[in-house]
Order: sequence, then structure tokens, then C-alpha cells
Amino acid sequence: MTTQQALAVDAQLISGNQAIARGVWEAGVRVAAAYPGTPSTEILENLKQYSDIHAHWATNEKVALEVAIGASLAGSRAFCAMKHVGLNVASDALMSQTLAGVAGGLVIAVADDVGLSSSQNEQDSRFWGRFAHVPLLEPADSQEAYEMTLEAFDLSERFDVPVILRLTTRICHVKGLVRVGERRVAAPERHFERDASRWVMVPGNAKRRLGVQLERDRELAAWSETSTLQEITPGTDRRVGFVASGPVVMQVREAFPEAPLFKLGQTWPVPAGAIRRFGESCDHLVVVEETEPLMETDLRAAGVAVQGKDILPRTGEITARVLKQAVARLLDGAPAEGETLGGAALEVFPRPPTMCVGCPHIPAYYCLSRLTRKVHIMGDIGCYTLGAGQPWKALDSATCMGASMGMALGMDLGRTEVDKDKAVVAVIGDSTFLHMGLQGLIDITYNKGNVTVMLLHNSTTAMTGGQDHAATGRALEGGEAPRVDFVQLVQALGVRPERVKVVDPYEMPTLFKTIREEIATPEPSVIITNQPCVLIDKFDRRPPYQVIDDQCTGCSNCLNTGCPAIHVTRRESRTLASGKTVDKSWVTIDTLACTGCGLCPETCGPDAIVLKEFAAETVQ
Amino acid sequence: MSQAEINKVTNILVVGVGGQGVMTAAEVLAQAALALGLDVKKTEIAGMAQRGGTVTSHVRFGPRVLAPAIPAGEADILMAFEAAEAIRWESHVRPGGLIAVNTLKLAPPVVESGIFPYPDDPVGMLRAAGREPRALDADAIAHELGDVRLSNTIMLGAIADSLPFAADRLKEIIVARFSAKKKELGVLNAQAFEAGCKAARAAQTAA
Repeated sequence: MTTQQALAVDAQLISGNQAIARGVWEAGVRVAAAYPGTPSTEILENLKQYSDIHAHWATNEKVALEVAIGASLAGSRAFCAMKHVGLNVASDALMSQTLAGVAGGLVIAVADDVGLSSSQNEQDSRFWGRFAHVPLLEPADSQEAYEMTLEAFDLSERFDVPVILRLTTRICHVKGLVRVGERRVAAPERHFERDASRWVMVPGNAKRRLGVQLERDRELAAWSETSTLQEITPGTDRRVGFVASGPVVMQVREAFPEAPLFKLGQTWPVPAGAIRRFGESCDHLVVVEETEPLMETDLRAAGVAVQGKDILPRTGEITARVLKQAVARLLDGAPAEGETLGGAALEVFPRPPTMCVGCPHIPAYYCLSRLTRKVHIMGDIGCYTLGAGQPWKALDSATCMGASMGMALGMDLGRTEVDKDKAVVAVIGDSTFLHMGLQGLIDITYNKGNVTVMLLHNSTTAMTGGQDHAATGRALEGGEAPRVDFVQLVQALGVRPERVKVVDPYEMPTLFKTIREEIATPEPSVIITNQPCVLIDKFDRRPPYQVIDDQCTGCSNCLNTGCPAIHVTRRESRTLASGKTVDKSWVTIDTLACTGCGLCPETCGPDAIVLKEFAAETVQ
Repeated sequence: MSQAEINKVTNILVVGVGGQGVMTAAEVLAQAALALGLDVKKTEIAGMAQRGGTVTSHVRFGPRVLAPAIPAGEADILMAFEAAEAIRWESHVRPGGLIAVNTLKLAPPVVESGIFPYPDDPVGMLRAAGREPRALDADAIAHELGDVRLSNTIMLGAIADSLPFAADRLKEIIVARFSAKKKELGVLNAQAFEAGCKAARAAQTAA
């Protein structure tokens, strides 16, 4: 049996994220760091299985990259992973380190969320290739994700440059067959070589490196023209030739199996010469790229006649169907056959994500929803962003990680007469606060802002699936870790001890009273809630509640909690003597789902919601 | 064979609500195809799936699979674990494709608070759209078998006669997967699978 056959038998069905983790391990990486972010999170989670890699969660993406840079300087291969917006945070380190270069291979995996399944924007990370003068590799499936991870480390060392591995959801979260290899024997032992002219980026040194960087750009451009990462399929139907990279390549192949295709595995620098020659044998040359027209712009600038965003959408994923329609219009101005296939979708209610049954954020938002006329609520990034949704509608902004702090201060300072009686609240989670909230809170205290911060401490990075962080007391690999104490921390940042309140969110009347008191106090205050996320192992279920049917008056106050365990059994519209119509809803509680948090009984006037055991006794 | 024929794939769309076992069912289908030596791709959009939102998983297998997501109007089989989700994804199914629907209704808070109505007769809506849905109450069957978590295996049983391979191949994969966790789970899931097959036959006779 040949080696190839042996590997073929071993093909595994794994996601792009799993494949990248495997590649990182095989590449002999010593240090890996990340901050969780959909769709990149599982890369690091998969790395924890390899005991010969130091893999850990970093406070934020900038720290993750800096850790990787330090490890690279020490001579080790190093890796970090993040979602697209994470590289915005890390870019300060990237933009200078690219001048200095690397010692051990340094690879940054960046996952874009094309189509915005779980992000606040749809930015195209490919811009970083040009901006930071670094090669940018784009795998098209799990197998390539694995192979290009290995390739990226080789390139990094060959060209003395950090390398970006650009992913999208359709790489990270797609499972495909992957054939893997073995961990490479580590390169001859390197070590840190002191060289201030190289690693100390003061103006004099940085200026000298600019020339090195430009020369590197030229070398990369030359390499790009003949790189094996570029793959040409000659095709037989030469009416339209395609230029594409990343997962959209699969859509092109599916839509036009007979067409010529120039597939780029590496999109910066763009091999304009090779693409020009490829295009000469095609009637039309169409660049297919999701979101931004980067390659198209580069190719046009190089004088290559291409089409792209003039016929293709600027946002979201590009499917085979969209491609077929666009090309049909290009060729003969007619819609493609089968364009109407599938028909219009039937109408049905939306099912947006919502908070979990018994989520400790629910009481916080229930309280805030009672106060929306009195407060402006600056939100942040996490599960608690869902507080903007039904029924709470208690969030007035969400921009980026940590923004609630600075925006709340700005809202406080910038409000006009119209808003002078409104209080300003900032809502932020524990992981997000550590990621980028601290600095904003310092600004609030230092600049004497009147902001009430609600720090919803649920002991996990919940939205991305429950990762640990510096305040959970546990590390990536599951071992114990030092735990940040938020009370001491916020006091150290300048919040007076009297204005730091720790509240059990399930004690809703106390929480409500505390919020009212703190928003009335004209100085910075922090309310810390202290119950864990219901999806993590620290959470303890309590006995469930039940509705005593004949005591329920249909007032529907409990529905205002937004708890998904409460279901309506009957609705009725009643016209009062005054002529006013009221909608009544009688409810039941899904006792299997109920976690016994005790919030809904607090909203029930007629005391119709009782502990299930108690209800059983009553019936007996 | 032309390139188009080589690329011919089977498309199965599994949909439901977070926590219903959509991912597991899709994984089982993918593993079954993998065991037959086929190329497989599986993709899901589940960024916030655990938060009560819609969960979808696309499973595609064949001699060679390119794009991971099933294009709208090209699903051969839709497995809907919840009635309204069948409505939501109906248009993703090709003409003549199979829609297997669990008649369970899960109303989200936007429905409970009266902002949107839940359709009275989701199966009737599918029929009105020209479909012949295979409707079964998988949760009731699972309840009878003693574990509501079996509903996804029941749904797999309900589509088993419409796959391009023998139903027993799928059953073997399911039994092996759950037996590995606990022997009794394997037995229970085999029963659930059979119950799903039976319910599918009953649903067809009724239709």
C-alpha cells in the first residue's frame, strides 16, 4: 500500500477550524493564543488537545497577537486566531511588527463572518494583506485550511513576515474530508537574538526597515506570479473565465464546471501578470469575490480587463445561483434557466435568538425595560446584546467590544437639555469588560462621568459557547487559574467602594432597587451581578415553578420577563366598561425547561406561579 | 460522464430549534455517507443557535461535493424538527423533494407575547404549497419510548426510505454511535429509528 492510499483511508470529516488546529500542531508551533469569536473560536479549543503546545485564551486579540509575536521573537513558531473584528483590535501590533518581521514563523488566522451570522459588521479582512504588507492565504475548504496552515508557517519564515490565514464561516464551520500528516520535527533549536535595530521600533530603526519591507513586497509579488498556491483550470467553455479565491471558488466550480478558473490560494499580492495571461483566452473575465472588490480593483489598476461587482452583489455570500444569474445577464441579458426554482418562501414568524430559560441576564433586562423612559442604555457585545430584542427592548446602542463604557461617558457629557433628566447606564459582560471595558471605565472615573455600569458577571464568555477567561478561575485546558476580582478591580480603577454593589440578579426586587438608587446617584457606580450562565457547569438548577391554572388571571405580566419557558395557553380580548380593550393571555410554564430562577413569580400579582412541589401538595 | 454528472449530489437540509439535536442528526447522515466512501460536506449556521434561534445544517454527499451549502430550491430532503421551521425552509426543497416534518410546535417569545401568530395548520400550509409532507409527532413517539431526546433519531427513521442507500446502513451508524456512549442507548435509538420508519409509512398511507 502506498503512503497516499494509507492516508486516504484515514480521511476524517472535520471542520475547517479543526483542520487548522491540526495544521498548527503539525507545523511544530510552540505557542498559540486567541480570544473567542465566532466563527474562529473552535481553532483554539481544538488546540488544547495537543499537550506540546502552550495554548491559552488571551484577554483580547491584541494581547493574543503580542503573545504570538513574543514567542516568535523567542525563536518558536507561534499562532493566534481571532474573528474579523478582532484584528481591528490587534492591528496596532500587526502594523508595526510587520516592519520588524519575525524570527519563528508567525501566523494569524482571521475569520470573517460573511453574511453576518453572529457579528456586528461584515468587514473584509483581505484588506490587511495590502495594508500590513503581509501575504494573505485563503483556503477554499477544510483540506486546504489544513495544508495552507502548514504553508503559511513556511512562508512566514521564508519571507520574514507575519502571514494571515483568512477564513470565513464557510471554512470554519464546514466539515469536509481531510487527509492529515504527522507533526514535524521542530526546526533546529533557535533562540532569541538580541538586536535592537531589528526589534525596537523607534523611528530610526523603523525607517531603516521600511526599505526592507518594500523589497519584501517586491519579492512576494514575484513569488505570487508563480506560486503553487495559484491553480489554473483551463476549462472547455471559454465564454467566461473566472478569478476567485476562498470558499466562493466552490460556488464557481458548482455553477460553471466547464469554465476556465484561476483559483488564488493567496490574494495579496495579486498575481496580475499570470491572471492577465489567463484572461487572454477567455471572452470575459469575471472576478468573483465576496463583499469587497479587492482583487478586482488591483487587477483593473494593473490594466487587466475584468468584471466583478458591476454584475455581482457587494454584500453577503455569493451562491452558485447568484453567479449563474449574473453571468446569464452578462452573456445575453436574459435570466438563467431555473432562476425561479424554489419560489418565494412561505411567510412565518421570525425566530431570532433570545436569552435562555433562567438566564441571569433576564432579570437585569426586565428591570431595565421598566426604566427605559428614565435611562439611556449603552450596550456591548455578548449575549446581553439580545436585551435589544423582544420583549425587553432595553438597549440603545451596541458598537464594538467595550464601547459601552466610552459611549456612556460621551452620552453623559454630550447630552443636551432634552435629555438632562435621563440617567446613563452601560451594560457589559465579564469577558467583554476584561477584553476592552477597563480602559473605558477609567475614563468614566477619571473624567467624573455620571454613569451606572451594569457588569453582568456570568463567569464565562457565553455567546461564543462558554469559554473561560481571567475572571472564571479556570484556564483553557481546564486547570485552575488565578481569578480577577471585579470588586477590587473597579475600585482600583477609581469607583468609590460605596458605589460598587454586588447583586444576585435572581433577587429581582433588590436588583431593581439597586439600579434605581445608583442611577439617582451623580457619580460613577458599578452594579455587578453574580450568577453564572445557565449553560455552564457552574450553574445549579433549582426546583421548577408551575402555574396554578385557576389562579392565573391572564394579566400576562410574566410574559414581560421574556423567559422562553413561559407559554401562552389561551388568549382573549376583553372590552372594559370604559370602552378600552385589553388583551389577556393565560400561561403555563414548561417545568422541564424551568430552572427555578424565581423571576416570574415576582411579576405575578395573583400569586398563581408557585414551586411545582408546592403546587402538587396544593392539588393533593 | 460529464463534469455536471460527476458533481451530482444528494442534498439534505436539517432544520429545527437550538437543543433539538439538529447537528447530531446531520452528523449521523454525514457519517453514513462517509462510511459508503462518498465525498461529504456539512455546514451549519449556528452562531447563536443555543439562544433559541433557528438551527440549520446542510448535508451534501455524492461522488464529489463542491459548495457546502444547499442552494435554495435544490434540497432533496428537508427534515424539519419543528412545524414552523418546515414552513420557513419549504422553498429550499426542490419540486418533488421530500419534506419530513415533526408536528411539534415550539413558540418563541415573539409569538408568546402576541407580536406574531403561530400558523394554525403548518402541515396544511405545506400541502397548499403543493407539497406532500410526511408529518409525524416525533416528540410524542419519543415520549412513549421514554426519552424526548430520541426525536431526532425518529426523524432519521422517517426519511430512511428516501436516501440513496439502504435504511439499514443509516441504522447501523446510529446504533454504533450511541452504543459507543452506552449500550442501552444503542438499543433505544434502534427502537426510535424503527418507530420513525413505521411512522413514515403510516404518514404516507394517511396522505
